[in-house]
Amino acid sequence: MEELRKRARELLATGEVKVVIGYGEGSAGRIRPLFITDPAGAGVLMFDERCLANLAVYLLKAEVKQLGKAAGTAPIRNHSNGLQPAAESQVSDETVRLIGVADGKAVDLPTLASAEEYVASVSLEPAAEEKEALARIERMTMEERWAYWNEQLSRCLKCYACRAACPMCYCTQCTVECNQPQWIPVPATPLGNLEWHVMRAMHLAGRCVGCGECRRACPIDLPIDLLTKKIGEDVAAGFGLRAGSSRKLEYALSTYRPDDREDFIR
Amino acid sequence: MAEFEPRIVAFVCNWCTYAGADLTGTSRIKYAANVEIIRFPCTGRIDFMLLLKAFASGADAIIVSGCHPNDCHYTSGNFHARRRWMTFRSLLDYLGIDVRRVQFSWVSAAEGAKWAEVVNSTTAAVRELGPFTGYRQLAGAGIELGG
Amino acid sequence: METERRILTREAFDSLLQKAVAAGQRAYGPKDLDGRIDFAPIARLDDLSTGHVQTTQSAKFALFPKVEELFSFHREGNAQVLDEATEADTPETLLLGVRPCDAAAIASLAAIFNWDTRDPQFNRRLARTTVVTITCTHADEYCFCTSVGGGPGNSTGSDLLLTPLEGGTYLAEVLTARGQALLALVPESSTPANAVDKESRLACVPSRFTAETVTAKMAVAFDREGLWREQSLRCLGCGACAFVCPTCACFDISDESNGIQGKRLRTWDSCGFSLFTKHTSGHNPREVQSQRWRQRLMHKFVYMPDRLKVLGCVGCGRCSRSCPVDMNILEHVTKVAEVK
Repeated sequence: MEELRKRARELLATGEVKVVIGYGEGSAGRIRPLFITDPAGAGVLMFDERCLANLAVYLLKAEVKQLGKAAGTAPIRNHSNGLQPAAESQVSDETVRLIGVADGKAVDLPTLASAEEYVASVSLEPAAEEKEALARIERMTMEERWAYWNEQLSRCLKCYACRAACPMCYCTQCTVECNQPQWIPVPATPLGNLEWHVMRAMHLAGRCVGCGECRRACPIDLPIDLLTKKIGEDVAAGFGLRAGSSRKLEYALSTYRPDDREDFIR
Repeated sequence: MAEFEPRIVAFVCNWCTYAGADLTGTSRIKYAANVEIIRFPCTGRIDFMLLLKAFASGADAIIVSGCHPNDCHYTSGNFHARRRWMTFRSLLDYLGIDVRRVQFSWVSAAEGAKWAEVVNSTTAAVRELGPFTGYRQLAGAGIELGG
Repeated sequence: METERRILTREAFDSLLQKAVAAGQRAYGPKDLDGRIDFAPIARLDDLSTGHVQTTQSAKFALFPKVEELFSFHREGNAQVLDEATEADTPETLLLGVRPCDAAAIASLAAIFNWDTRDPQFNRRLARTTVVTITCTHADEYCFCTSVGGGPGNSTGSDLLLTPLEGGTYLAEVLTARGQALLALVPESSTPANAVDKESRLACVPSRFTAETVTAKMAVAFDREGLWREQSLRCLGCGACAFVCPTCACFDISDESNGIQGKRLRTWDSCGFSLFTKHTSGHNPREVQSQRWRQRLMHKFVYMPDRLKVLGCVGCGRCSRSCPVDMNILEHVTKVAEVK
């Protein structure tokens, strides 16, 4: 990925950005996020099919923001980009520029507008395996679904790794941290876990880009990305809004159209 | 054996459905007594979590009702509610929760008869579905006794 | 005193497990759960997974559950009535197939839970838990038990220590009266085994540092802001490490009540969470992740040895394996040990 390294060196050398957020080799054949602040250090940046993690989460992390303007490596293939945070005014052209990576190429995206143009040429629909994973639940009977979700969600530890890894969960005070009243229970009981994941999925409605980071971060591999992705598909189909597609995307649940269609309100 | 009497919680808006329910009463229309009404200023205020909390507290079914589109006392609260319910209902279904346990309706202040009809038909439907013990059982589960 | 050694056949092992379960023990062991190896209830030896290096989660749930009721209460007229669980509510538990690092972790947990208050729930569970450890014939690059006073064949914390031999049999070392009592369920496994070479079957886990060096160096490195910041920049403060760790024991307490009845629950918590040390005043002494990351390492390698005379890390490597952004504790601790 010499193109990527060269770009990173240039951006840092000119002072255009203060930090390049990318991927590097980690332990045991894994990938880890890297923060390059010195052009001389750009040689360790790399990109291959293992690089799936959504680095956009770091664009919103205080300790990284403090470093200054960031260039983020954005694997477009898994919908990781800075456009949804931009739509929510969390990043701007002053604080971020993206280096899109797709199909082995590094594409310089100096402005969010250019990123949006680039993303428009790529499909943000879920890949075939993801569609199949979502459909697998849909093929179950109601009893099977209930049993499946209860079995899975009762295992949840409430470690909140899903929340920490999600680029869109950037609230400095999450609903679960309010204890007057304690709306979502702290203990990892089956009911508390269900309430947490339902709440998180709903709070991500129209905001989840489908990167799957929540699932990858979960230490016990809960299929919670299915919930957020399912809602993402519903919002795209029902309201024509797909997170990550535009830096000016409307928020589905704070907007409406008088002719929104449903078939269940009598 | 006593027949199962569903416990139904109704989240209704003050300006339309609540007034409509009043009209049902003043019109002397009899309807099923299974519903406990909770009044909100607007359906837009109804948090989806309240529905789950109602199930956890013992509700077998929920009715959510407000002003017709374009008639919201606050202009657009019910439009926001509609989008929220479309999204939430689909999630409930995906989780394996029977969405027949949550009835959404638009009942205006003039529709006393409709309110009775909504309550009666929901009560009958839920009597068939049975108590929602599957959800209630989750509460209190998964806790080790600190013996 | 010579440790009693026996050969345990697979049939005898299976029989032992089934008899223990029949006698009312809750048995847990590593199980293959759709490709992920983790502790689950087991009833027979076929349930047990053995080809893995380590389970995802630790076995601490048996002594320190993820959600535990400390007591419950209800109102009778004007009086508050407290309902406390009794000894009878504590089940007999059999942990089958933990690793020597997991068994060693029990000592760290016991030190924390008996530090000033002797925690009644923890101690009751500990008194009713039998630990059957299976030694490690394989290790991976995340393991570092030998750097923290442990080893792939260590016996600390175990009641019975099993080493896999040929043909599905095990060398069983009987270390405690509990272990003795468990083995007595299968009197047919009475073959003495003094001639079996255990050491040659164990995994090779090269030592990467000595705990004493790390403790000394880390205390000195406390003020090296740059070091901690660099190590923790990618840390998301997600809590996975603390939750899968066999020695992490931070907990939160919450009351769930509806005014008429309720319960007080203890649940797992993590010092890595940003709110962990936030005061009611709004002040947070550990406001940034680097301070929290430093706290994690200092607690395990400096504060615990200082105050409780036991390390807070057994080198199991779970934290590193589970970390979504590849924070590697072995790597980080080694770097600290190299600080001038």
